[in-house]
Amino acid sequence: MSPAQRILARFLADRPALAALAVLVALTMAALGAPWLAQDPEALDLAAMLTAPSWDHPLGTDELGRDVLARLLHGGRVSLAVAGATAGLAALLGTLIGLLSGTLGGRVDAGLMRLTDGVMALPLLPLLIVLAAIDPAKLGLSAEALNSEGFAIGRIVVIVALVGWTQVARLVRAETLSVQARDHVRAARAIGAGPVRVMLRHILPDVASPVIVATTLSVGHVILIESALSFLGLGVRPPLASWGNMLTGAVGTVASAPTLALWPGLAILVTVLAVNRAGDGLQRALDQRSRD
Amino acid sequence: MGVILARLGQSAVVLLVMSFVIYGLMGLMPGDPIDLMIAADPHLTAADAVRLKALYGLDRPWTERYLRWLAQIGRGELGYSRLFARPVLDILAPAVANTALLMVASLALALMVALPLGIWAASRPGGWIDRAANLLAFVSVSVPTFWLGLMLMVLFAVQLGWLPAGGMHSLDDGGGGLVDRLRHLVLPTLTLAIAGTGQYIRHMRAAMLEQAGLDYIRTAIAKGCGPTRVLLHHQLRNAAIPVTTIVALEVGGLFSGALITETVFAWPGMGRLIFEAVMGNDFNLALSGLLLATAMTLAGSILADLAYAWLDPRVRRR
Repeated sequence: MSPAQRILARFLADRPALAALAVLVALTMAALGAPWLAQDPEALDLAAMLTAPSWDHPLGTDELGRDVLARLLHGGRVSLAVAGATAGLAALLGTLIGLLSGTLGGRVDAGLMRLTDGVMALPLLPLLIVLAAIDPAKLGLSAEALNSEGFAIGRIVVIVALVGWTQVARLVRAETLSVQARDHVRAARAIGAGPVRVMLRHILPDVASPVIVATTLSVGHVILIESALSFLGLGVRPPLASWGNMLTGAVGTVASAPTLALWPGLAILVTVLAVNRAGDGLQRALDQRSRD
Repeated sequence: MGVILARLGQSAVVLLVMSFVIYGLMGLMPGDPIDLMIAADPHLTAADAVRLKALYGLDRPWTERYLRWLAQIGRGELGYSRLFARPVLDILAPAVANTALLMVASLALALMVALPLGIWAASRPGGWIDRAANLLAFVSVSVPTFWLGLMLMVLFAVQLGWLPAGGMHSLDDGGGGLVDRLRHLVLPTLTLAIAGTGQYIRHMRAAMLEQAGLDYIRTAIAKGCGPTRVLLHHQLRNAAIPVTTIVALEVGGLFSGALITETVFAWPGMGRLIFEAVMGNDFNLALSGLLLATAMTLAGSILADLAYAWLDPRVRRR
């Protein structure tokens, strides 16, 4: 068996991880298919507010008469997209910084690692709240750009990625340092490959697997952060649904309609659990390569 | 000793940089202090606005204002809170105490569950205790805190009516006693403990397993030491080192990280205060609160280093 096949075989043998992956795939499909599977998530039906589950509304309606299932599916689209984009952006930033730090060494390394330590030492949540509360108009952005849906989502992606790259950077740096001492990198240097080529062609592939694992595991974390910020009214803003801001609406009716608060939270929990377990399985599958 | 001094110096630099960043970011908040004053008092004229701007130094360049603010903080003048109309220090102090109470209670509960469970799980890897602990750890790190708090509130405060839904004490005459305060502490503590315990279980288990295969454990077993004694007397002592470090690191973060739980349960602590200050355009309060939160996080990481050096003689000698 090739190494890749062995990793795959190990992952497939890990039943819970496989189940978690299946859940993730199902959730992603449901989120992608939301426009066809569900009704309009923003359609108000003031005659049917806070109704119990029925044939028309399988999970009932919320305080404005909107279909809860539709909002759940569309909210999942937003939450998953934000999480994926953020984790990807953070991984990109972290890999770049880690690679530069590891290959250049010296002052650059010292400076970048100071920066990483500094960012890691910050109180994450208060800082995110400040970043999310900034008035972008004061940064000189145009009003129409600010009001678009894409901006609202892009904004939270950038904010969370800005503070979320540190772990990947450290991992990549450590890995780069060890890979750099290996023969194939030294050989590449010896035959005159430039620093950029060495970095991208000879070091990057070897540091890829820890990055993949760290990124997968960070997706769960990002979903939690996004939902918390949206819950506080600072992330994805209504009427656009996200799992976090659906809960904000549900707080007011928690005494009369507690199930409204149940579904979005359950969706977050299941998704994050699945991401974490699948990531864990991936880590174990990749990790044993070094042992055998 | 030199290492600790270096760390202190480094933290001071981080704090200084952070104060600059926070000050800059707060300037980008929506709204303007003078506009807010004008909105509050319609009798103010444009000339008044200009005079107010000069009075508060808002007509000066940004960097000058920052340096002046920094000097004020250095002298211990934190200024007045716009939101509460009281000196910032008077508001921060009780919030710090409230957060500390919540932090100690939840950390104690989380560790009381996590440490024995982690040790027990590591004693038979793959056994049913290990699997149950693993599941609990997964749920704990995956649950959204605000939702967990909300669900606990629905169950214990709304449906069963056993516990109060929020605040620190009841407002009526009978409230404010010790029992009443403890009852208010239960739900937020439970929320934070459930969400926090998972990582401690994992770290405890991993630390124990890391020691399990080492020579000194084999020696202890070979000379006839019982399994419980090996586990608790030999293995645990070394496994405690990384776990203590992680707990110390967490303490700094918990200080402001309880923001969401505090908001859900209307607990008047630091996290909620910072959130309210940022949202309410309360410059002085937000700046001081954020700076304090940063200082606490940094203090946590220094504490972690100290704990490491204290527990591990190999590190101390270096």
